[in-house]
Amino acid sequence: MVEALEKDEMTEYVVRFFLGGLIVSAFATLGDVLRPKSFAGLFGAAPSVALATLGIAVHQHGAGYAAVQSRTMMLGATALALYSVVVCQLMLRTRLRALAATLLSLVVWLIASFGLLFLAGAVA
Amino acid sequence: MTPIRFSPSSLRAGRWYEYVIRFVLGGAATVFTGLVSSRFGAATGGLFLAIPAIFCASATLIENHEMRRKHEAGLAGKRRGQAAAALDGAGASLGAIGLFAFAAVFFVLVENGISAAFVAASLAWAIVSVAAWYGRRKWRSVRGPRR
Repeated sequence: MVEALEKDEMTEYVVRFFLGGLIVSAFATLGDVLRPKSFAGLFGAAPSVALATLGIAVHQHGAGYAAVQSRTMMLGATALALYSVVVCQLMLRTRLRALAATLLSLVVWLIASFGLLFLAGAVA
Repeated sequence: MTPIRFSPSSLRAGRWYEYVIRFVLGGAATVFTGLVSSRFGAATGGLFLAIPAIFCASATLIENHEMRRKHEAGLAGKRRGQAAAALDGAGASLGAIGLFAFAAVFFVLVENGISAAFVAASLAWAIVSVAAWYGRRKWRSVRGPRR
């Protein structure tokens, strides 16, 4: 029984991997072929991981579970807006390379996301 | 006339392994979000639906493509590459407003109809993102270039 459960879990993660990879690649390719670059940048914040994850969440746990995920996703998206502005400014003002700027700024995203989650919890 | 153009020739600038990296990163981010949700709960996992992992890869690729193009023309291209990646970041910040709209619409509709929630949320992302982009463009043209 434990083995069957582990096999099911493994299958779920394989499905997640391929579905996520496919949707992310589709949005990224769309971003590649559109100009100007600032417009193509919109696709850097496309709901690719969200579509794959929420689809699986609805299928596995039901609409209520996906609703909880989408509620806190709003906080993650707010943090993503802040993150993108920080990355943009870092590259323009400090002349950091893209990889360094995007990785360093992940700290900003984590702090903003969990800070907002904490505040939302405190308000609720 | 719309300023948005379709440029399929940009696909030729990419190398095959760059597309593989994106696929793997996208898959890994989705698996990671699933792991966080199952270990720490749906609320914490929901934050990671807006994880900027893909943006990291895209910005790096854009910078590399610009630098490669400039190298081929005999120029250094480092500044140009950084500027192109920074522009991508400016676009992503507007896309994040659309992502907020996606989550809000999905949250409101999902318990009434799953397919409708996915369609309406995706439309909300597209409409809000494009509107924000147009709004910024208009604001910049009214304000004029920075000195």
